[in-house]
Amino acid sequence: MSNVISGFKVFLLCSVLLLTTTISHARGVYQTNDAFLAEVFNGTLPQSDVVWMKGDVRQTVTDILGHPYAGLRIRYWREGQRSAWILEEIGKEEPITFGVVIDGDRVEQVKVLAYRESRGGEVKYPAFTQQFQNVGLVDNRLDKHIDGITGATLSVRAMTNVVRLALYLDSFISQS
Amino acid sequence: MYKFKKTLLASTLMVAMSSAQAASPTNEEIWQLLQEMKQQLNEVKQQNEQLKTENQTLKQQVVATQAKAEQANETAEALAVATEEAVKASAAQESKTSIGGYGELHYNNLQNQGSGADKDEIDFHRFVLFFNHEFNDRLRLFSELELEHSISGDGQNGEVELEQAYIQYDFNDKHRVNAGLFLVPVGLLNETHEPNTFYGVERNNVEKNIIPTTWWEGGVMFSGELAPGFSYDAAMTSGLNTSASSDYSVRSGRQKVSEADASDFAYTGRLKWTAIPGVEVATSLQYQEDITQGNDLDAGSAVLWEAHTAIQQGKFGFRALYATWHLEGDGPKSVGADKQMGWYLEPSYKLTDAIGIFTRYSLWDNQAGSSVDSEVRSWDLGVNWWLDPQVVVKFDYQDQDAENENDEFDGFNIGLGYQF
Repeated sequence: MSNVISGFKVFLLCSVLLLTTTISHARGVYQTNDAFLAEVFNGTLPQSDVVWMKGDVRQTVTDILGHPYAGLRIRYWREGQRSAWILEEIGKEEPITFGVVIDGDRVEQVKVLAYRESRGGEVKYPAFTQQFQNVGLVDNRLDKHIDGITGATLSVRAMTNVVRLALYLDSFISQS
Repeated sequence: MYKFKKTLLASTLMVAMSSAQAASPTNEEIWQLLQEMKQQLNEVKQQNEQLKTENQTLKQQVVATQAKAEQANETAEALAVATEEAVKASAAQESKTSIGGYGELHYNNLQNQGSGADKDEIDFHRFVLFFNHEFNDRLRLFSELELEHSISGDGQNGEVELEQAYIQYDFNDKHRVNAGLFLVPVGLLNETHEPNTFYGVERNNVEKNIIPTTWWEGGVMFSGELAPGFSYDAAMTSGLNTSASSDYSVRSGRQKVSEADASDFAYTGRLKWTAIPGVEVATSLQYQEDITQGNDLDAGSAVLWEAHTAIQQGKFGFRALYATWHLEGDGPKSVGADKQMGWYLEPSYKLTDAIGIFTRYSLWDNQAGSSVDSEVRSWDLGVNWWLDPQVVVKFDYQDQDAENENDEFDGFNIGLGYQF
């Protein structure tokens, strides 16, 4: 019984310690969309534009994500050869917000801006996101194998699909 | 206009002059000519006025058309925004509560190598539903309801079980607490056991008999990150309740939080390192205050230590796990259950994105402390075919080996599993 009491004490201490740590911003938001865009374009945002989800675009986007896109259009910011995209996709249950920058027809960087799942948070670390650097698209598939994370296959899948989507949309706006 | 008048005048004069050469026009004729000229000038003036008016109207029409186009554009934009907001709002409403699940159908064709019964059966082993709800940004409910073996009830083989039902609260974005009924943070399969995430039809025997997966308890657990890719869990939960009648096997000690005897608690700590993509290394340590909840005076506290790694690099996969129990007391010692241990090695290779092959060597022993050879060794090899990342068909062949042939089952298994 004394063991139980000492156990409780330890837990109480832990919780007090944790509660007194500074409460940071909302759960899982690592960078706001505006801050990400400001970083990508060195503070001067180019005029944004949209890709409407219609006809072939809608069909291809559906094929890439495995489900229809939940909006009517997707907004992007472009300056010369570089385009930035902010895209959301559900991992296992919760939406994950990604920032993707494409330079030419290859990935310049991928960043997890907000992650709300209870597991698989490792996808936000540079060690993981670096795998996508310089990746391109062949037949709407990535031209490089991405190593997953044990127990977070769905989050990794969401990220892979979002990168495919950004690469496809970038090629679409470059052609039109 | 002025130019036009001059031209008219010039041509009229020329006509006058030419007629003058022919014959000098009379005053009457000149008057007539002038009248005609005046008439023509008036007509030109009228035409000019008309053109001016038409031009003005056209200009006005262009402006009106532009205004209409802008209006249409604004309407489309407003419509798009409204539609997107409506979709988002309904999605947000729906995403507050989410439903998921998994299931697996097994066919076992196994021959017992001793005098025991063969296992020749088809079984919908598990049908599971997840119900989760987000109360707010920092407070969530996770739950998992399971039907095992298809039918539950008196005299039926199956059970309806609550495997998870806990509230999670975030202290901040690095540390959180879980309270309720949750899966114990030990091993690879205990927390992540959806059929599409592992090789082999049945869950491996080491984690089943030693850890003992699937293992849930009621209590409180603190979890969080110490550094990027380095996480901890610390739990205080209900304990196991095993007995001499089952040779103190840990698996038979699971109380499943069903009016569980809570005389004695268990404390679990885990450290997990996942800093390199595709690599997980973790270790857990658990202390049970009394593994018989004080019911057996010949038994007492117990300690479980477990360590594992899971690696997936390109096409190659590898899993290795070791787990060992030490039970205090003369009771467990007398039957060799003071030491219960097991380990396995599992290399795998993906032939394509959809097809993977594996082999596993495993060894487990729930009475490793006795001089009697009670360990079971198993070779498994097989294939997973993912029809979709979330739907899998499995086939594996197993060859077991034990001193007591009644513990040996050899044969093959076929499985179908899904997760959504």
